Amino acid sequence: MQHPPDVLVQAIRYDTDVISARQLGRKRAEELGFSRPDQALVATAISELARNIVVYADQGEIELATIHQPDRVGIKITAKDRGPGIADLESALADGFSTGNSLGLGLPGTRRIVDEFDITSSPGLGVIVTVVKWSRR
Amino acid sequence: MAVKVPILKQGKVLIASIQEDLSDSDILDLQHRILEDVIRCRAEAVIIDVSAIGILDSFGTKTLSEIAYSVRLRGAKLVIVGIQPDVALSMVLLGLTLPDIPTALDLDRGLALINGG
Repeated sequence: MQHPPDVLVQAIRYDTDVISARQLGRKRAEELGFSRPDQALVATAISELARNIVVYADQGEIELATIHQPDRVGIKITAKDRGPGIADLESALADGFSTGNSLGLGLPGTRRIVDEFDITSSPGLGVIVTVVKWSRR
Repeated sequence: MAVKVPILKQGKVLIASIQEDLSDSDILDLQHRILEDVIRCRAEAVIIDVSAIGILDSFGTKTLSEIAYSVRLRGAKLVIVGIQPDVALSMVLLGLTLPDIPTALDLDRGLALINGG
């Protein structure tokens, strides 16, 4: 059997790209043997991160990388954009905070449903969010 | 834009059965059409069937709540049916619930909920 490529990239610009990205993520999670609830969580995390790109930065990309370790396999999701960036990261990670017209649960909610979460941003330099979801074997 | 979600009318009940994963603009389009149809058809209840949806994230949930509250202001009821187990779990973990919005397991039970309550 041919191994699927370990890194997949989906350009994000329109809201239909959000659907493509989360479907790509769900498929990859399924291929890697993630449980069904975990597949849904991977897809949800991607959906939140990809939407942030469309809403706040116009365009960017979602990269999905597979991490193989002896006792577990993971999906690393990297959301990158070159938008205006986030001036106040602490607030952006707090439940209910939003500068758009949203519930303010995108970033804090995503942080709750993944195993590792990292965000870097400076005003004017865009945002990079990196999250990892592991599947235990 | 092509209509992604047909809205069926059965008596005084509107049934919107979502058949595929929707983009944000598709969901907004659905919101718009449901509110129009509730008025146009003088509907007393709306059922949104989400059983074919594999993901309901913050935007989808927010929009569903907005639809429900607007329909209620029109004096009609709204029931969401068919939220899949994995979807329900990820909504709760994400911090999303649908407070005060009636939900049912499937279309039959949603109709029973409307007729009974």
